[in-house]
Amino acid sequence: MTTPPLTPRDTTEGAVYTVTGGDWDEVAARAMKSDDERIIVNMGPQHPSTHGVLRLILEIDGETVTEARCGIGYLHTGIEKNLEYRTWTQGTTFVTRMDYLTPFFNETAYCLAVEKLLGITDRIPDRASVIRVMLMELNRLSSHLVAIATGGMELGATTIMIYGFRDRELILDLYELITGLRMNHAYIRPGGLAQDLPPGAVDQVRAFVKKMRKNLPEYDKLATGNPVFKGRMEGIGYLDLAGALATGATGPIVRSAGLPHDLRTSQPYCGYETYEFEVPTADTCDAYGRFLIRLEEMRQSLRIVEQCLDRLAPGPVMVEDKKIAWPAQLALGPDGLGNSLDHIKKIMGTSMEALIHHFKLVTEGFRVPPGQAYCAVESPKGELGVHVVSDGGTRPYRVHFRDPSFTNLQAMAAMCEGGQVADVIVAVASIDPVMGGVDR
Amino acid sequence: MSDPKNPERDQADHNGAVPVQRDDTGEVIGTRRGMFGANNGGDTSGYGGLVRTVRLPGASTRPYGGPRGAAEGYGEFDEIADELAGALDEQGLVPENVIAKTVVDRAELTFHIEREYLPAVARILRDDPALRFELCTGVSGVHYPEDTGRELHAVYHLRSITHNRLVRLEVSAPDADPHVPSLVSVYPTNDWHERETYDFFGLVFDGHPALTRIMMPDDWQGFPQRKDYPLGGIPVEYKGAQIPAPDQRRSYS
Repeated sequence: MTTPPLTPRDTTEGAVYTVTGGDWDEVAARAMKSDDERIIVNMGPQHPSTHGVLRLILEIDGETVTEARCGIGYLHTGIEKNLEYRTWTQGTTFVTRMDYLTPFFNETAYCLAVEKLLGITDRIPDRASVIRVMLMELNRLSSHLVAIATGGMELGATTIMIYGFRDRELILDLYELITGLRMNHAYIRPGGLAQDLPPGAVDQVRAFVKKMRKNLPEYDKLATGNPVFKGRMEGIGYLDLAGALATGATGPIVRSAGLPHDLRTSQPYCGYETYEFEVPTADTCDAYGRFLIRLEEMRQSLRIVEQCLDRLAPGPVMVEDKKIAWPAQLALGPDGLGNSLDHIKKIMGTSMEALIHHFKLVTEGFRVPPGQAYCAVESPKGELGVHVVSDGGTRPYRVHFRDPSFTNLQAMAAMCEGGQVADVIVAVASIDPVMGGVDR
Repeated sequence: MSDPKNPERDQADHNGAVPVQRDDTGEVIGTRRGMFGANNGGDTSGYGGLVRTVRLPGASTRPYGGPRGAAEGYGEFDEIADELAGALDEQGLVPENVIAKTVVDRAELTFHIEREYLPAVARILRDDPALRFELCTGVSGVHYPEDTGRELHAVYHLRSITHNRLVRLEVSAPDADPHVPSLVSVYPTNDWHERETYDFFGLVFDGHPALTRIMMPDDWQGFPQRKDYPLGGIPVEYKGAQIPAPDQRRSYS
């Protein structure tokens, strides 16, 4: 064991060096002497409890997590780069796929930023803004339902999971009715919306609100006072206000630390200042507080959806400026959604100018005056910011999404270190990261 | 920026109105040629000879205005600028050396900061009771390959929850020396954001605790979001026709 390294030993074949030096033995000896429960565990990127392809690297001493790090990037799809090669309108098709649980927030934030660059923020028709708000609040419901459902499932509470996905399904049905798709809608466009609400949509949404009001208390009955559920959640994933602001965490995380920071009230957009709703907070700074906040936010979202339905007045859903407004008149035909036959007949048969205009706007797109803008909306996860730069062309020069999942995930280490391995799952679930948004 | 021939237009401009497209004011960041992206002589439309200069909104003059404005155009933006200048003075820094220019555009306030002073400015903006920008929403890189000597820009948005304001900081670095001081010591949230910007633009944030790639694999070559980095992709056949990759298609520059 004490053989010095690289001492030659003469044999008939020549000098033989022994390279098993003392260093290695020392390391092994030290490892034997030290706590042998200390190991490094790779959790993910394929793991049912990590919300997609999130890789957690945990240094564990027994059951205690001594260090926690995230490995991300497994779902990077280069959406920001891709946007630079499409027109401004085509951009919505890409951004809707970022955080795939909050597509309407991605679309609205992007469109608000483009509209700010165009200087048409004030000219967006009321009906378009009301429908945007309604869809965003429905989306807040569906996102929180997934957060609660998957969070419950990770605790072993599969009933919550079944309930959450059951109710989310109702909302996805509404999406399908309104936009034609359950995900990846590209329904909100710069200047307004792709099309108006279909007939019967208002009644369906009303029926949903009624049903949801009946279903929401079930989560209270099932989880809120449940001693096992509380035992797993209370005091877990602790992050106080100073920690939340330092790590840039927003949304339910900062509100669970007692700060009622919500962009819908502090920097209203889409007319949020005219709706009545409350911003719930908690002072527990933990996963349980975040759960309660999400539950309460869902109730508030239902309130907002009802107000939207009440104030939906007939009118246009796209800005009047024909140099920006998408020229198509969409209609549902036997082969799916497409240009209405009347519109085709008009541009092909009677008006060459309309045809040229249609062609130019669809293939070339509109130009956006040079400059930069930042727009932020309050997504279910926190501040979703969009920084767009235009060089005056028909395509974005640069689009950057400040996704709340990406920023909030940084708080994971602060929430988990010093806690137990099993609580890492609870803490990550209370952050509610969606890797499509984190990696973009 | 100021236009002596047309003082009225000048006056209207700096209040944050959207700039007119055919404008000869502002800061030149590059030129675009042609219209249909055909550079091999195949374009017979005549648009191939078009030259367009790209100008971003230039420096604004006082008063900056801003929301909740008082009389004579003075508003919140003036307040922020005054407080920042005062705080810089207190620290023995000359505001004119620190703030290269101030731009008010589309009702947003941007301070262009000389890069070596960035941490000092951020610290003042965070700590000064009259400013209190507690929340940094990260950094966004922008690559202007034709803006010689200032090719790489880092853009920060700071939010004050106390005063309910937003301000933008912008710093630039030449491609030959792509270094910007890190803000992690002031805003720890910038940890991952700076890694992302380094990953995609190659901006080196000096003082960052562990500046490594975050999205791309560790051994990736090049910085994908730079303008000279190709998008990639392959031609796809659709109904008998070859559709070129997105960055090879005809474009309107």
